[in-house]
Amino acid sequence: MMEKMIFGRFIPSDSFVHKMDPRSKLLFVFAFIVVVFLANNVVTYALLLAFTLFVILMSKIRLYFLINGLKPVIILLVFTFMIHILFTREGDIIFQLGFLKVYEEGLRQGIFISIRFLVLVFMTSILTLTTSPISITDGLETLLNPLKKMKLPVHELALMMSIALRFIPTLMDETDKIMKAQMARGSDLSAGPLKDRIKAVVPLLVPLFVSAFKRAEDLATAMEVRGYRGGEGRTRYRQLKWDWRDTTGLVLLAAVTILLVGLRN
Amino acid sequence: MDIKLQQVSYAYSMGTPFEKYALFDVDLAIPSQTYQAIIGHTGSGKSTILQHFNGLLKPSKGQVHIGERVIEAGKKAKELKPIRQKVGIVFQFPEHQLFEETVLKDIMFGPMNFGVSEAEAEKRARELIKLVGLPEETLNKSPFDLSGGQMRRVAIAGVLAMDPEVIVLDEPTAGLDPRGQREIMDMFYTLHKERGLTTILVTHSMEDAAKYADRIAIMHEGKCVLNGTPHEIFSDAKTLENYRLELPHIVRFQQKIENMMNQHLSKICLTEEELAEEVSRVLRKGRGQQ
Repeated sequence: MMEKMIFGRFIPSDSFVHKMDPRSKLLFVFAFIVVVFLANNVVTYALLLAFTLFVILMSKIRLYFLINGLKPVIILLVFTFMIHILFTREGDIIFQLGFLKVYEEGLRQGIFISIRFLVLVFMTSILTLTTSPISITDGLETLLNPLKKMKLPVHELALMMSIALRFIPTLMDETDKIMKAQMARGSDLSAGPLKDRIKAVVPLLVPLFVSAFKRAEDLATAMEVRGYRGGEGRTRYRQLKWDWRDTTGLVLLAAVTILLVGLRN
Repeated sequence: MDIKLQQVSYAYSMGTPFEKYALFDVDLAIPSQTYQAIIGHTGSGKSTILQHFNGLLKPSKGQVHIGERVIEAGKKAKELKPIRQKVGIVFQFPEHQLFEETVLKDIMFGPMNFGVSEAEAEKRARELIKLVGLPEETLNKSPFDLSGGQMRRVAIAGVLAMDPEVIVLDEPTAGLDPRGQREIMDMFYTLHKERGLTTILVTHSMEDAAKYADRIAIMHEGKCVLNGTPHEIFSDAKTLENYRLELPHIVRFQQKIENMMNQHLSKICLTEEELAEEVSRVLRKGRGQQ
């Protein structure tokens, strides 16, 4: 079950997108999240979709794998789609099923919102799939650096994030192990009435918390023993480098933005 | 209860870019009441194979027979609970699975999941806590107040409380002090004999395998490459070396003695007693000839 989650996974490769600097990718994705909201008609949504497909192509990540990774959010997608179908009452009625009336505008809005959602999930997935967690935090730390002047503990925040990311797979493995151990003792997480299932979570959560706290303490000790004392005067082993790919990427996004502004109603 | 693997392959993360085979066409038959050791290097597939013994993992190819039940690749396996009661697994570092407020409740967790009455489960817990070498007062303590070694014993009691017919041990003594290791291994051996259990021991330790096992299977890079009695396995030092495995201390010691005495003993000895007897027999014979 855990093996299928792609969230936070990084697939090494040598594609154009992989070779981009984490800073430009982060900027790209943040800007894209805003730009997505410019689309408001068929042409602009088609443009968004096409642009996303192009980026997927450039990242050399197989589409079916991205779709597979979409499974956890599919419920949310269907839910928002249904909300629009059922509650938007504008335009002509397309068809009627008993008391259910589906309006043209509802269908249109439902599809638009779904595309918006899809495009956002794909783009952010591509960011995490093509960038190692360490580079993401490195990039974020550099991008946020100016905020240091406002007394924001940027280094500490980045460190917290990298530690959190670093421990996602570890905790997943741990969950898997403990789950199996409890299943071997007859606890059943996937069957029975809801009440029993909620009860079955306790034998999973307690050991998980115990080990997570122990790990945190061990890590803190290990860091202290090695003389860690924050970001002051710390140099970097991995240097970030901005090259033509990064500029190209951002210029492309700017072009798409201009097109969107021009084509929207 | 017999356990039989037929042509079992297993791949992690099937159908994703991370797909990775951990087992290739493994055939392994473990007859009822056998003490079977499974030895191999890290990454040889030992831990993967043991999760097939009670249906925690389903083979990607092939079949697993557990008693009467067959778990087959590509078919839905339903109602695995009866199997899990009959096959108890003591995982590596089982102390991580403790969660209850008291040791007593934790030991009772397994049996009560399988429908054993509260009274019966408590009775089992009181017997088992002594069997694993802890005082009965421990039952009222929180498992998190115990030492690592004590927690390990409680966790083992928790698995034994399910009253399994087959017990699978994954490095049950890793990280314990030498005395604790011997106590635990001896306890499992006594249980194996007294209750007629089928025991499967997954281990790095050649010594434990030599001392306790009826049969030893060698895993190497996801394949089961050898399976035989300890005498058969340890007679062939060359093959073992190919799989980056060493002989047990006692067999290496025997080789040294053979070099010193300039002659081969008639068989491979797996215990100190056996070796002492063999050496004294040879010496006596030598004296007789003079």
